[in-house]
Amino acid sequence: MDLFAGVDVGSQAAKAVVLDGEGRVVGRALLDTGPDFPGSARRALEEALARAGAGAEALRVLVGTGYGRASVAGAHRVVTEITCHARGVGWLFPQARLLLDVGGQDSKAIRLGPGGKVEGFAMNDKCAAGTGKFLSVLAQSLRTGVEGLGPAGLRAAKELHLSSTCTVFAESEVISLLSRGESVPDVAHAVHMAMARRLQGLVRQAGLREPAVFTGGGALNADLVRSVEGLLGIRFEIPEEPAFTGALGAALLAREMARGPLTP
Amino acid sequence: MRLVREARFRLMKDLVLPAALKAREGRRRPGKGDPLFGPPLKCGAELKRIMARHYALAKYAKGARPVAYVTSGAPVELLRPLGFYTLYPENHSALCGARKVGERIALHAEARGFSPDLCSYARIDLGHAFSGESPAGDLPAPDLLFCTTNICQTVLYWFKALAHHHRVPLVVLDTPYLHGGQDEGPALRYFRDQMVEVVPRLERIARRDFDESRFLAALESSRRASLLWGKVLETLKARPAPLTIFDAFVHLMPVVSLRGLPVCERYYEGLLAEAEERVRKGVAAVPGERFRLLWDNIAIWFALGSLARLFARAGAVPVAATYTHAWAETVQDLDGKDPFGALSRAYGRIFLNRDLAHRRNLLLTLAREYAVDGVVFHSARSCKPYSIGQYDMRGLLEGELPLRTVVLEADMADGRVWSQAQAETRLEAFFESLER
Repeated sequence: MDLFAGVDVGSQAAKAVVLDGEGRVVGRALLDTGPDFPGSARRALEEALARAGAGAEALRVLVGTGYGRASVAGAHRVVTEITCHARGVGWLFPQARLLLDVGGQDSKAIRLGPGGKVEGFAMNDKCAAGTGKFLSVLAQSLRTGVEGLGPAGLRAAKELHLSSTCTVFAESEVISLLSRGESVPDVAHAVHMAMARRLQGLVRQAGLREPAVFTGGGALNADLVRSVEGLLGIRFEIPEEPAFTGALGAALLAREMARGPLTP
Repeated sequence: MRLVREARFRLMKDLVLPAALKAREGRRRPGKGDPLFGPPLKCGAELKRIMARHYALAKYAKGARPVAYVTSGAPVELLRPLGFYTLYPENHSALCGARKVGERIALHAEARGFSPDLCSYARIDLGHAFSGESPAGDLPAPDLLFCTTNICQTVLYWFKALAHHHRVPLVVLDTPYLHGGQDEGPALRYFRDQMVEVVPRLERIARRDFDESRFLAALESSRRASLLWGKVLETLKARPAPLTIFDAFVHLMPVVSLRGLPVCERYYEGLLAEAEERVRKGVAAVPGERFRLLWDNIAIWFALGSLARLFARAGAVPVAATYTHAWAETVQDLDGKDPFGALSRAYGRIFLNRDLAHRRNLLLTLAREYAVDGVVFHSARSCKPYSIGQYDMRGLLEGELPLRTVVLEADMADGRVWSQAQAETRLEAFFESLER
């Protein structure tokens, strides 16, 4: 059996997706990246291949992506995560024309063309306010854990205002709101609204259109997604596994290198 | 005393410095060619000689010649007949950026309370004034500050701070912003009248009479240099392009800071001949040319080399830029019939002094004429007048032409806002989007 793989080495997690010749996902894995980028890339790929019940000898083409894309050993090609996310989302949602990806280190809004081609994009990469890091820092102050932040925000009873300009200063605002006796759900929701205001600007820069898809770790936070939807007045589709779209896109590109384009 | 200094200046200019620079060149080993690029421009050595001599000679100009600090958009032709030795703080700051010492020098200004949000050229220049630190060696203090507000308003306050520091006269020529659809006449006349009015003052500072024929000669020299520069840029329309805009950023120096002098014209005659020869022989600046790009805004001086390699690896060749084009857009209109009127038109109408509709047309024209596949907007954090409107320009261009665009957040000279990994991701993704 011929297999094709994509490995997406992000700042927080290394993701691998393995496809068969028909473009079916036969294995995937997600690991914490840690400081050893080449090691985590290799382990993620090995684990995904193991889930596919195959060894390295079945692998025909490998594509690396993500901020650590240069550390994917043996990659036949290295492609940016912007192209890969777009390709992955274009595969899962062929009609999608806008993609919002909220990752650990950056957020990006991508205007999509047919086949998941990138027509244009806007990135938030000079500041953490608007990235997954913003959520993880504030989740610490709220003691909810990143996973608990979304459910907490959904229970909010009132609107509080939080500045959206700086992660560090937002943290001190959170502490002051808590010391004033505001509830954790209300503050969590304020955190999501602050971030949503940032993301709104990014989407409008890239060009607001539908159908739209939300990916990255941020897509797992239901209150964040709802807040962005409220500000933009649109609905987002969310893939079942929103953290894997970059690796999926890379795997699709790997398959395409060997077999030519595949239509979903 | 002035005669002694004048003799020393001439000796350095004509004998000592040329010999010293030649000896230094002899000692320099030729670098290995980078396979990403075509053969280097032969004119590069001459450019280095000219600029090295210009900065080295500045020290000996003090006392022999009146020294003026000039903004890039100022009508320097008024100073040429009076014998001013001219230095361009913007050019010097760009040099500091390219040598990666911009931040260090800017810190001397920031330590005195100048905000890090101010123009990095201004901060570096003021830092140089306060500390004397410069990669160009010992530069003389000015006898005159000569400033025109056609490029930005910051220069006014920046030069005021310099005037206060050096205790020297400041001449400001005010150039009202030209809005499309309005009669330009009154604004240009107002600019013209100021130039006529300022001549006696310049004569007093230079202690020399304004010689009409030398003035006309300077005008003609600028016009010719600008024409030649425009023709050099036009050779980039060829496929493959004989040089890239990253080369042009460097070869721009003489037309910025030696305009109106014979050395400038001579330099561009040589550069044009070489560029045309490369076109005839099909010599490519980047042998793997695949995409042609338009660049908007000043160069990112401290990252010029790494960007050139990043672009070349993808076969992406910047072939036009609003920035390099600025010295070929209006200066060639200088004619001797009504010299002050011609100066007011040439310097009043530069694109940074015109509205965004003009800029949109300029971008569209360059994109079409140079047949580009995409546009790179450098959003320079500390140059607001150049960076404003870029997001709108981006949308307008994408609506009119089938091209892709990217915004690169950086600065012309302050590397503290630069992140190599992020810039690489943005640009590589942009290059990938050009593959259709």
